[in-house]
Amino acid sequence: MSTQPALPSPSQEQLDALRAKLTSARASRGPVLPFGVPMLDERLAFGGLDGAGLHEVAAASSKLSDDAAATLFAAGIAARFASSGFTVLWAVSRFDLYAPGLEQVGLGPSRLLYAEGKKDQEVLAIAEDGLRDGSLACVIAEVRSADMTATRRLQLAASDGQTPMLLYRRHRARDQCPLTQNSSAMTRWRIGCLPSAPLPHPGVGRARWSVELARQRGGNPFSLDLDACDDKGCLARPALSIDRAIAPAGSANRAA
Amino acid sequence: MPRGGGWRPGARWARNDTQNGVGQAAAIDALPAHQRPTMREMGRRSEHADHPFKAMPSDEGARGGGGTAMPSASSPMAVLQGGRLTWARPMVLITRSGQREIITSACPLALDLGLHPGMAAAHARALVSDLDVRDAEPEEDAAWLERLALHALGHWTPTVAVSGHDGLWFDLTGTTHLFGGEARFCHRLLRFLSRLGFTASVAVAGTPGAAHALARYGGESMILLPPKEEAHALADLPLAALRLETGALNAAARFGLERIGDLYPMPRGPLAKRLGLSTVMRLDQARGMVAEPIVPVTAFETPSARRQLLEPIGTAEAIAQVIGDLVDDLVVQLQQRRLGLRAAHLTCQLVDGSEQKVGIGTARASRDARHLTRMLVARIERIDPGLGIETMVLIAPHVEDLQASMVAAKLGRDDHAPDLALLVDQLSGRVPPEAVFRLSSHESDVPERAIRRMMPLGEPKGWPAWARPSRLLARPEPLSSVIALLPDHPPRRFSWRGGTYRVVAGDGPERVHGEWWRRPGEMWAVRDYYRVEVEGGARYWIFRRGDGVEEGTGDLSWHLHGVFG
Repeated sequence: MSTQPALPSPSQEQLDALRAKLTSARASRGPVLPFGVPMLDERLAFGGLDGAGLHEVAAASSKLSDDAAATLFAAGIAARFASSGFTVLWAVSRFDLYAPGLEQVGLGPSRLLYAEGKKDQEVLAIAEDGLRDGSLACVIAEVRSADMTATRRLQLAASDGQTPMLLYRRHRARDQCPLTQNSSAMTRWRIGCLPSAPLPHPGVGRARWSVELARQRGGNPFSLDLDACDDKGCLARPALSIDRAIAPAGSANRAA
Repeated sequence: MPRGGGWRPGARWARNDTQNGVGQAAAIDALPAHQRPTMREMGRRSEHADHPFKAMPSDEGARGGGGTAMPSASSPMAVLQGGRLTWARPMVLITRSGQREIITSACPLALDLGLHPGMAAAHARALVSDLDVRDAEPEEDAAWLERLALHALGHWTPTVAVSGHDGLWFDLTGTTHLFGGEARFCHRLLRFLSRLGFTASVAVAGTPGAAHALARYGGESMILLPPKEEAHALADLPLAALRLETGALNAAARFGLERIGDLYPMPRGPLAKRLGLSTVMRLDQARGMVAEPIVPVTAFETPSARRQLLEPIGTAEAIAQVIGDLVDDLVVQLQQRRLGLRAAHLTCQLVDGSEQKVGIGTARASRDARHLTRMLVARIERIDPGLGIETMVLIAPHVEDLQASMVAAKLGRDDHAPDLALLVDQLSGRVPPEAVFRLSSHESDVPERAIRRMMPLGEPKGWPAWARPSRLLARPEPLSSVIALLPDHPPRRFSWRGGTYRVVAGDGPERVHGEWWRRPGEMWAVRDYYRVEVEGGARYWIFRRGDGVEEGTGDLSWHLHGVFG
């Protein structure tokens, strides 16, 4: 019976080399964009979204409403990346975006450049061109499927061009989540619609989403209920009912 | 004899002093136009006179009665080329200097009437009541002259220069034999110009100065001067033919010098002192004693680069290498001429004589060698080299002015947006150029019409901040089994795509009226938009056709148009 040999203790040079490697690996990451919501940021591995990495967004279900919510979630992130006046490239294969709606989460028409490809391959190639160019604030690509090779290429292009990449995965089948495909993304988000908080008067309140982080590098998945993007693209923590201002008596349900 | 054999006393034809009508007609023709007797004065001979009140000039610019061809604005000279056209209106061109209107040129008819360039237009109008006065367009004339010069450059002689504001110089050395000699060449030239509607006169002489003088003051439409005859031929021409300055002409008039020949015997020193050195120089140039270079016009040359290859190439690396060399050559040309490239064609000539062509376009004028090379190299896969490429030509058919631009100082934070033109060019190579675009607002309240695509480097405008969905259906989908209160409440429940939805909250209505200027059917059409939230949290944008009160505004059907997040 042979005893396992004890690991040799690393020398000082080895330790220094490892530390230098770690620092350089950290420096290769872009600036981190926090969400500004503490309960969300403290659960993310780097305190926010990596500014030179691939992030995936998908709708929680194949319903159009969840699809629209995930679109706005991606648009809000892009708007905050583009807050310095840079441009966002949005590559699609089937165009059904409505630009006035995107402007209302802070992604105005002067910050948004669209490119329409015929197939997913073209869309991915456009996205890679945009990432490697390095003059964009963010690139969003809508695809139906992207395999491990494609996502790896995007991740490399994003770190080369120091540009964040948002890959929006559309649903192909009714009951199959697109995030089940393998991917080398830094984070993978799943967004769904929730009922908005009731207002003290008739009308539709601020939208609310279920924000689920399905997977992240260096961290754990989690799920949160958050208020939707405002006109700057910022999410917000929902006000608890005890914190909410009390509506004046008798104003509720008077009409409608 | 008039009809009926009778005669009127005092009728001019019946006077005794003129015996035959032919001599009389010649005498009448010799008179200026405004002094000729009218048809009524001459009596009724071959045609009846017009009723004096019938031929009133109409208000629409065309003359009433008579078959006169009005000189059209496009070819005002067309009327004048036919010799005597006594029925045309005299026409002058004027220019304004301050308050005065000066005649710059007059048609032959107007010249006959005593109007001459330099006269005040008011004076001319007073002298001739029926005068056609138009504005001179010197820029248009110069453009025409330039076009003629370029045409001549391509067809007749390689050296052409514009002479003054009304002439062209051709250097005919060694070219006229191609047209059968100088005389035939000149005839051909005159015929060509008369087809275009110009009257012209040509003079062929040994020096530019002599040709200039003879063409303008020679008095004939075609003069072919034998060699070494310049001094003799010019002697009788006025001094103005020498292209002298106004001061020199005035001084010469004071001294009583009128003809060029008057200058020949004069000693050169005093002549230069009194009339200026330039006068002596012009005189010598016209006589051929001093050379006078002419500045020829040059046609715009399309920038191009060409590489003849020693051996046929076929590999992508070799083609990329040649493309890099071609682009470097082209960029040097563009830099020298301060041009930027907007489009380029690369033509590869193969060994078997066929050609392969690829083209690129840029969103903004560019002469960045690296960028152009990258765009061309991205298209190598569309070139089929076949047996090998032996010549490659890069041509820039579309170029624009591109001046040097200042490099912004990199001080402090560099937070202005980078140039997107390079990225747009690169994407346009991957997908069709119209598939890279921005969206801008269009002035319409109808949601699907409020959006317009525009160029990727344009400046788009935003939309008003009404609640709008993030995705819009391609066309509104009808809802069924809708339960709603009329006229202005959101529905309580509806069915769509096989599911039933119960509405828990709604905003609206937002009324959108039809655009009657597009279709008559939209004259009274109304859509009432509501934003509703259904059980489960989905938020939809639905509308009802019609306002729920007036019947003509819509059929009260409900539709789903978009989805909010």
